[in-house]
Amino acid sequence: MKILVCISNVPDTTTKIKLVNNNSGYDKTGVQWIINPWDELALTRALLLKEEQGSPITEISVINVGTKDTEPTLRKALAVGADDAIRVDAEAKDAYYVAAQIAEVVKNNGYDIVLCGIESSDYNGSAVGGMLSELLDVPSVSSVSGLFIEDGKVKLNREIDGGTQVLATETPFVAIVQKGIALDPRIPAMRGIMMARKKPLVVLPPADIEALTEYIDYEMPQAKSACKMIDEDNAGDMIRLLHEEAKAI
Amino acid sequence: MEIYCNDEHRLIRSTVREFAEKEIKPIAAELDESEEFSIELTRKMGEIGLFGMVVDPEFGGHGFDVLSYIIAVEELARVDSSQAATVAAHNSLGIGPINEYGTEEQKKKYLPDLCTGEALWGFGLTEPDAGSDSRGTKTKAVLDKGEWVINGSKIFITNAATEITLGSTVQAITGDKDGKKEYSTILLEQNVSGFKAIPMHRKMMWRSSNTAELFFDDCRVPESNLLGKLGEGSKIMLSTLDSGRLSIAAMGLGLAQGAFEMALQYANERKQFGKPIAKFQAIAFKLVDMATKIELARNLLYKACWLKETKQPYAKEAAMSKLYCSEIAKEVADEAVQIHGGYGLMKDYDIERFYRDQRLLQIGEGTSEIQRLVISRYIGC
Ligand SMILES: Cc1cc2nc3c(=O)[nH]c(=O)nc-3n(C[C@H](O)[C@H](O)[C@H](O)COP(=O)(O)OP(=O)(O)OC[C@H]3O[C@@H](n4cnc5c(N)ncnc54)[C@H](O)[C@@H]3O)c2cc1C
Repeated sequence: MKILVCISNVPDTTTKIKLVNNNSGYDKTGVQWIINPWDELALTRALLLKEEQGSPITEISVINVGTKDTEPTLRKALAVGADDAIRVDAEAKDAYYVAAQIAEVVKNNGYDIVLCGIESSDYNGSAVGGMLSELLDVPSVSSVSGLFIEDGKVKLNREIDGGTQVLATETPFVAIVQKGIALDPRIPAMRGIMMARKKPLVVLPPADIEALTEYIDYEMPQAKSACKMIDEDNAGDMIRLLHEEAKAI
Repeated sequence: MEIYCNDEHRLIRSTVREFAEKEIKPIAAELDESEEFSIELTRKMGEIGLFGMVVDPEFGGHGFDVLSYIIAVEELARVDSSQAATVAAHNSLGIGPINEYGTEEQKKKYLPDLCTGEALWGFGLTEPDAGSDSRGTKTKAVLDKGEWVINGSKIFITNAATEITLGSTVQAITGDKDGKKEYSTILLEQNVSGFKAIPMHRKMMWRSSNTAELFFDDCRVPESNLLGKLGEGSKIMLSTLDSGRLSIAAMGLGLAQGAFEMALQYANERKQFGKPIAKFQAIAFKLVDMATKIELARNLLYKACWLKETKQPYAKEAAMSKLYCSEIAKEVADEAVQIHGGYGLMKDYDIERFYRDQRLLQIGEGTSEIQRLVISRYIGC
């Protein structure tokens, strides 16, 4: 069984975003790039599955649609334990573009399980996984928080209101994973970093696909107003402030 | 640091930073307070590969360059000096001499275990009467029936008395040549009879790093435990210290970086006279000076690493790096406490520990005075 983990290259979650060029983009200088946190958990789960005794998983590949700048992120995925990496050499224009590029690679290479994060922490589009399964015409399961292989059969857990749903599916399929799929992302070991040097990172030319959307404008969210702490003995103050300052009551 | 760092260096930095934040930071203050050396944490540091970073994979190491190792030490010290000390001392002083001067057999015997984090090795140079002047060594080793018989003592030896210490490299007088003492280095295993390793307590700093006194009372070890050639002891010890200076420098740099970050964050959060104290020029300028010193220190240290890596003479730059990085660690930690005001003097704030921990750096592995002495010889005084 072969697993493909889709890796989005995103700014570190503590990055302070500064808009540039008439708010049509953001300043990328000095930004630390990381593996999208959900993708990192997906990769961690894939590795744990592969390490299980008698595991049917033979190979874990990672894929990113991006320019050469994203290679350190793929190298990290290799250092964490992926066997090989694929980079589709193109700017990730929009969700459809990315999903369609990945679909081409999946069609050519034949993976049994494709894992996507539920969203990426930069644009939070939550679209690639669903589009990908549709383009591949395979089942997709969303909000997956558990992935197991029992007697060669894949079982998936989904968190639903008030409980957990357990699903079984045939391969190939796309699982769109959320937190809980793995507890903590795996930190690479020095040996892994060393081994990653020799692992293949294949660069593929992009397929001829048009993006369907275009980014026009960004807006910064309103700055959060400061929080006022009121001593528990002065509850009256709170009512006065809510009335006079916040004008909420 | 684009001149010296490649993508792999950056990955090592982010990896060790993540590890240190997750595994070390939450327990560092507690270990410091209880003066506890943590075997568990040492094992974890071994699992991610912080021991034997520059050792050849043939002997269980990871085969990285010097800068990779230095970045790892820097990132540990950014969070906690004690754990950085365990790693720096074991790599530079424990593993270093065996890796550089050991025979094939010695390397095969010791290095694989020492690269795992399951076993530590000490470096015994300092004695009660031989600190800056290592030629004051009194410990003696005499050859008798194919065995070295060692008598004497050592003091302040890092990693030498933990439950997982396998042994130490010991400098001893092995003879007299034309009235001049001859020094050699000998590998001594922990379980040799007549040997005692006693942890030293009540330290002001590095409280969760292990420091030991060693006593040798007719300890007998095989003749083949000689490390390097007979009479080469001083050379081995001094070259080990040249290289060790880079890692002490990395500890200074990392500590300064950590202290600076804490001070910057605090200064942006703490409000007095209606605004964050970072907005007062007096405080902003302190932070500027810190950042500038750190930038300089990093440049100097990475250059020294590059010189070593490219097999050029680096002893002068190593001494300069050790001197400068340890001195700025003191200055930065001091100003960081100042910025924290009264809170900086309380154990609830990590900066209090950083302020104590920096104080070793101007003393261990050659005091600042000794570094200046070394440098003065290179610049033609
Ligand atoms: C926590 C800790 C860990 C250590 N780990 C190790 C270890 O693993 N292995 C090891 O072998 N040692 C270790 N040491 C010992 C350390 O290297 C020595 O403490 C250091 O070299 C200084 O020696 P000393 O303490 O005897 O001071 P001294 O040499 O007595 O120095 C006292 C003062 O005199 C000054 N001085 C001395 N000579 C001169 C001179 N010629 N010119 C100008 N000033 C001079 C010094 O700079 C210093 O200010 C450790 C020490 C500590 C505290």
